[in-house]
Amino acid sequence: MRFLAAASLALLTSSPAFAATEVHWWHAMGGELGAKLEEIVKGFNESQSDYVVIPSYKGSYPETLTATMAAFRAKQQPAIVQVFEVGTGTMMAAKGATRPVYKLMQDEGEAFDPKSYVTAVVGYYTDPEGNMLSLPFNSSTPIFYYNKDVFQKAGLDPETPPKTWAEVEDFSKKIMESGAAKCGFTTGWISWIQTENLSAWHNQPIGTEQNGFGGPAARLSLNGPVQVKHWGNLKKWADEGVFMYGGPTDGDNAPPMFYSQECAMYMNSSASRAGVVANAKDFKVGFGMLPYYDDVAGAPQNSIIGGATLWVMEGRPAEEYKGVAKFFTYLSSPEVQADWHQFSGYLPITRAAEDLTRQQGFYEKNPGSDVGVRQITLNEPTENSKGLRFGNYVQIRTIIDEEFEQLLAGKKDAQGALDAVVERGNALLAEFEAQNK
Amino acid sequence: MVEDRPLLNLLAHLVLIVGVAVVAMPLWIAFVASTHGPNDFMSGVVPILPGPHLVENYSRMFSTGVSTSGMPPVGRMLLNSAIMALSISIGKIAISILSAFAIVYFRFPLRMLAFWVIFATLMLPVEVRIVPTYKVVADLGLLNTYAGLSIPLIASATATFLFRQLFLTMPDELTEAARIDGAGPMKFFRDILLPLSRTNIAALFVIMFIYGWNQYLWPLLVTTSSDKYTIVAGIKRMADVADAQPQWHLVMATAILAVLPPLLVVVLMQRLFVKGLVETEK
Amino acid sequence: MKRALFGNRLLPWLLLAPQLAVTAIFFLWPAAQAIRQSFLREDAFGLSTSFVGLANYAALWGSAEYLNAVRVTAIFAVATTLLSLGVALVLALAVDRLVRAGKVYTTLLVWPYAVAPAVAGILWWFIFNPTVGLLPYVLDRVGYDWNHLMRPRDAMILVVLASAWSRISYCFLFFVAGLQSIPQSLHEAAAIDGAGPVKRFFTITLPLLSPTTFFLLVVNIVYAMFETFGVIDATTEGGPAQSTNIMVYKVWFDGFIGQNLGSSAAQSVILMLIVIALTVIQFRWIEKRVAY
Repeated sequence: MRFLAAASLALLTSSPAFAATEVHWWHAMGGELGAKLEEIVKGFNESQSDYVVIPSYKGSYPETLTATMAAFRAKQQPAIVQVFEVGTGTMMAAKGATRPVYKLMQDEGEAFDPKSYVTAVVGYYTDPEGNMLSLPFNSSTPIFYYNKDVFQKAGLDPETPPKTWAEVEDFSKKIMESGAAKCGFTTGWISWIQTENLSAWHNQPIGTEQNGFGGPAARLSLNGPVQVKHWGNLKKWADEGVFMYGGPTDGDNAPPMFYSQECAMYMNSSASRAGVVANAKDFKVGFGMLPYYDDVAGAPQNSIIGGATLWVMEGRPAEEYKGVAKFFTYLSSPEVQADWHQFSGYLPITRAAEDLTRQQGFYEKNPGSDVGVRQITLNEPTENSKGLRFGNYVQIRTIIDEEFEQLLAGKKDAQGALDAVVERGNALLAEFEAQNK
Repeated sequence: MVEDRPLLNLLAHLVLIVGVAVVAMPLWIAFVASTHGPNDFMSGVVPILPGPHLVENYSRMFSTGVSTSGMPPVGRMLLNSAIMALSISIGKIAISILSAFAIVYFRFPLRMLAFWVIFATLMLPVEVRIVPTYKVVADLGLLNTYAGLSIPLIASATATFLFRQLFLTMPDELTEAARIDGAGPMKFFRDILLPLSRTNIAALFVIMFIYGWNQYLWPLLVTTSSDKYTIVAGIKRMADVADAQPQWHLVMATAILAVLPPLLVVVLMQRLFVKGLVETEK
Repeated sequence: MKRALFGNRLLPWLLLAPQLAVTAIFFLWPAAQAIRQSFLREDAFGLSTSFVGLANYAALWGSAEYLNAVRVTAIFAVATTLLSLGVALVLALAVDRLVRAGKVYTTLLVWPYAVAPAVAGILWWFIFNPTVGLLPYVLDRVGYDWNHLMRPRDAMILVVLASAWSRISYCFLFFVAGLQSIPQSLHEAAAIDGAGPVKRFFTITLPLLSPTTFFLLVVNIVYAMFETFGVIDATTEGGPAQSTNIMVYKVWFDGFIGQNLGSSAAQSVILMLIVIALTVIQFRWIEKRVAY
C-alpha cells in the first residue's frame, strides 16, 4: 500500500501536465534572459501540480505586442503577455482586453500587499487611484558609467564621477585637452535617457494630465526650458566634440565608443551593467547617478524606469486566472526576485528582494549594481517623475530621435526641434484618443 | 561580329571583368568575413583574404547557433526554408497547371470571370494587403505553421498565363486523337499534356523555388517560434542585436548559407533558369 | 482559340477550385478588408470601431510624413531602376560583342538573382558599416566621412546600391535576349553604309531595344516599390529621419508597429491603385509586342 501511494505520487509529480491547467505566457526575452526566464517558470511548475505555465518567446517587444493584438482579435490570446513600458498606454486604453493585476489578485483571493512593492517601479504601472494594473517583471533605469583609467590619466579623481552637467562638461574638456580620450561622453537612448529621464530627474513635466496618467486627453509638454537648455547643450557639445551621438532608438553606436575608450563617459540602462563590465577589457569602469543641472530647483528628483511588465489578458477560462494569480505571487517572492535581479541587472520589484540581495552581499561584491535602485528611490516620485503613459508612444520616440537629428544637423534649434516633437507627437496622441473613444 | 575591332573587344572584356568583380564583391567580402574570428574587423584594417576560422564558424552555426540573438542552429532553418520553397514552387505549379487546363480545354459559364479573378492576384502583392492577410491566417489558426508559411503565397497569375500560353500552342490533333482513343480529360491531361509541359514545368520550378526561398516579410510575420524560422528571415534577427555589435563573422556565415541553395540552382540550371525567367515575365 | 474540346461542366470548376480558393481567401478577401478598414477608425485590439469616411485618406494628404514617403519612394524607385538598367545595358552590350566568351561572363553575372533582397541588404550593410565596413574605410582615405546611420543621403545611396545590385542580373538577361533578337543583317547593312559602332548603337540597337527597355522600366519600378521591403527592413528600417521610409515600409510600420490600422489600410489602397496602373501599362505593352 505504501509502495502504491509512493508510486502514484511519483507518477503525479513526474508528469505535472497531468490534469493540470495550462497557462500561456508570451514574452520577448531572447537569449540568456529567455533561458533564465524558463528556469524560473520551471521552478513554479515543479512547486505545485495544479498549473503549468508555458512560456513562448514571441520575438522583440513590438512583435510580441503585435502578436498579442492579432491573437486577441482572433480570440486566441494567451493569459499573460509581457509588454514594454511604452506599450502601457495602449494596454490601459484597451478596456475589456486586460484584467488589472490588483483586481485579479483580489478576485482570486491571493495575498497581495501593494505596499511591499518598490513605488518607483510599480508607480509607472498604477492607475491614478494607485491600483496596480500590471506586474513589473523586468525594469531598469539609466545610470552613468565612466572610464576610471581615463579619469586618472587626465588628472581627475577616478573615484569621483561628475554630479552635475557643468562638471560633465568641465571633466570632458580636461579629458580631451589631456589627450586621455577623444571625446567626453556618449549616451544610449536620446528619448528615454536625455529627454524622458532628464525631465523626471529635474521634476519637469513630459506631458499634461500627470504625464498621461490622468487619461487619453493628455498632450506632450516636453518643450519646457530645462529640456530646451539640455538639448541646446547637447548640440553645442556635439559641435565641440565633447559629446558623440550614438544613433537613434537605443543608440547602437554608443557602447562601442565607450568600450574602445573613444569616449570617457557613457549613459545607459542599469541592466547593461554586466555587459559593460564584460566589454571593458582594458580599463576599470566607475558608476554614478545621472548628472543634473544644479540651478534647477528640485533636482535631482528620481529617475524613471524602462523595461516591461506582465499584463493579464481577458477572455480566458476562469480556472486559468487562479493559476496566473499563484504564478504572480511566486514571481514576486523575494527569492525569485532577488535571483532575477542579480542575474539580469533588472531592478528588484519588492523591498524584500532588495533587502535579500543586500544581505547576500551582492551589492558589495558588484560595485555599481545598486546605483539604479538608489536612483529611482532617491525621492518620493512626483506627478512628473512617476513615469509616463501616452498612446502611440513607440512612434513618438521615433519622432524624438528624428527631431534630435534635425537639431544635430543644424536644421533646427533646440526650441524648434522640441516644439516639433510636441506638435507631431500631439497629432499622434489625438489620433490615439479618437481611436479609443 | 560585323567588323573586327580589337580595341572594342578589349574594352568589352574590361567592362565585363569590372562588372563581374563589382557584382561578386559583396559575396566575396561576406565569405571572407565568415572565415575570420570575431575581432578581426574591429581593428580598422579590413581583411580581403580568407582567414583560418572557416570550419569553426560554420560548424558553430550548424551545431549551436547564436542563442543570445534568438538564433537556433541553421540546419533547422535551412530545412524550414527548403520546405517553404518547395511547397510554394510545387503548389504554384500544381494549381496553376490545373487552372490553365480548365480555362483552355473547357467551355463553361463564367470562364472569363475565373480568368480575371486569377489575373487580379497580379495586382495585389502581399506587401499591400499584409495586415488583413495576416489576420486571415491568424483566424484560420495557421500562424507558425508550414501551411501558413506557404499557402497564402501559392496563387499565381504568371504561372497560369504561362501554361495557358503553352496549351494554346498545342495542336488540336492531339486532343482529337485522344478523344478517338476514348481518353477522358484527366487521362489526356496526365498522359499527353503533362509530359509535353515538362521543360516548362522545370523552368518555372527554378524561378518559383528562388521566389519561395527568398521570401522575407511573410515568414518574418507568420513565424513566431524559432523552430519555424526560415534562414532569410532569421538573418535579420541576428544582425539586429541590442546593446552590442553584431557578430559579423557569424552573420556572414549565415548569409552565405542562405544564398548557397538558390545560387546553386541558378548556376547549375542556368539554361532552365533563363528560360523560366524570360517566359514568366512575358 | 481552341475549339471547345471537353464538355464536362463540373470538372473545370474542380480543376480551378484550389487556385480560386487561395485567391479568394488570401487575396480578394484581405484586399476587400483593407478597403473596408480604410474607412474605419479602430483601436489596436479591435474593441471600438467607428466609420470615419475618407478621414484616413484626408489625414494622409495632409501628413508631411506620408508626402515624404511618396517623395522618397519616387527618388528610390527612379534611382534604383536607372542604375540597374544602365549597368545591365552596358554589360549586355559587352557580352553581345563577345560571342564565345560571352557565355562565361553571363554565368558569372546572373547569380545575384539568387540572392534575396533582404540578404543583399545585409551584405551591403556590412560593406558600408561605419565601424567595420570596407568602403567607409576606403572613403575615409579620400576624405569622405561615410555614415548611413546619421546621414540621410548616405542611407539612400546604400539602399539604392543594394536594391540595384540584386536586380542587375535580371535586366542583364532581358537585354541580352533583346540584343540577340536584333537581326545581324541590319548591323551589316549599316556598317556597309559607313556607320560606326557608336552611330549604330543609337540608330539601330537603342530603338530596337526600346520595347525591352520599356518593359524593364515598368517591371523594375514595381520591383523597387514593392519587393525591396527586405532591403529596407534589414538595413535602415526607414531611417535616419525617415529618409528611406518607402511607402511599402510605411504601410507595414504604421499597421504593425504603430497599430494605426485605418491609416495603414488607406495607404494599402493607394498602393493597390498604383500597382493596378502599372500592371495595365505593362499588359498594354505586351499586347503591342504580340502584334509585331
